[in-house]
Amino acid sequence: MDDGRPLFLQIAEQVESSVIDGSLPEETRAPSTNELAAFHRINPATAANGINKLVTDGVLYKRRGIGMFVASGARDQLLERRRQTFGEKFIAPLLGEAHKLGMDAEDLKKMIDAWSDET
Amino acid sequence: MTAVSMRGVNKKYGNVVALDDVSLNFAENRIHGLLGRNGAGKTTIMRILTGQGFESSGSVEVFGQRPYENADVLSHVCFVKESQKYPEMFSVHHALTAASLLYENWDPDFADSLVEEFELPLKRRIKKLSRGQLSALGVIIGLASRAPLTFFDEPYLGLDAVARQRFYDLLLADYAENPRTIVLSTHLIDEVSDLIEHVTLIDAGQVLLDEDAESLRSRAVTVTGPARAVEEFAAGHSELHREQLGGFLRVTLSGAAPEHSPDDLHVEPVSLQQLVVRTTQQAADERTASGATNNKGTRR
Repeated sequence: MDDGRPLFLQIAEQVESSVIDGSLPEETRAPSTNELAAFHRINPATAANGINKLVTDGVLYKRRGIGMFVASGARDQLLERRRQTFGEKFIAPLLGEAHKLGMDAEDLKKMIDAWSDET
Repeated sequence: MTAVSMRGVNKKYGNVVALDDVSLNFAENRIHGLLGRNGAGKTTIMRILTGQGFESSGSVEVFGQRPYENADVLSHVCFVKESQKYPEMFSVHHALTAASLLYENWDPDFADSLVEEFELPLKRRIKKLSRGQLSALGVIIGLASRAPLTFFDEPYLGLDAVARQRFYDLLLADYAENPRTIVLSTHLIDEVSDLIEHVTLIDAGQVLLDEDAESLRSRAVTVTGPARAVEEFAAGHSELHREQLGGFLRVTLSGAAPEHSPDDLHVEPVSLQQLVVRTTQQAADERTASGATNNKGTRR
């Protein structure tokens, strides 16, 4: 895994994605630091940083002696956060590339409609 | 806590300066990467830290004591060397038994499972082992020793990609269960870059980098695009490398990348391996430059 950003952020985002797509439901046990380290072949300290970030953000919480669990309401919270960054992350680059190709927002809307019909 | 501390260490072999004012720390219970070109001084550092050689000057401490001829320290240290030699007439079983007597944390069950994992024939004599099997034996001893300070100096000779991956996985899993200080010296930087927490880069006997791997990951970027736009972007950053093809320019810059880069530029992160290569090259260039002026000085 590598897109230049700190590894622990990428780890945290992967866990978040599992919460969002439902493969990691609320109030179930999340992967442990060592499981994440072994799976992604990264240093356990890095995996621990990722977990800590999720705890600070309120996505995971610790049950003493058992492990990390997905917090109630974590999915809604994450959806809200991802929707907020959707524009910056996807719409802005989309408009930028469209502009390069001489398409304006109207052309894009038509294209999006056409593609939505197909899928 | 620091497991290893070197302060102003120099080492000379006759007229050859192997280490030139080396100061470094290895924090306890981390995986460290000791990187550098052949002949940079990595093995000299490890020999001094494991009491197989001694410094010409400076101070060396391993777990707070000088390691040279110090049984207290050395019983806690395991050093798996590049092309490690074991007595030829020993069988694999003998070598493992000898190691079990040497290391107080030796885990015989773990050793057995590793022998199985690497498919090592226990009864075969050392001299009959293939190069890869010899390396596997070294890796097994290094892991099963569970020594509080373990050095792996390029332990891979003859190990194929599958066996190396197995080594990394086993190392990570066992380190997670039994944290200890591990020093990995290797040229295969891409393979270990996500495993190591701290990087020490040695070149020509000097420390070039001594930093956390995570902070190095965001240290440099490669910018590609139309020459003028790249020049504009690069202004004010220190440049590690430059390549040009017609009107297209690619530069490697150190210093964090600005969040928003112009559309026509392609900004990529630089891998640890690339960063090490560029940093080492830059140091070599600077040495040649200063060497040239020194020569001029002596001629007068």
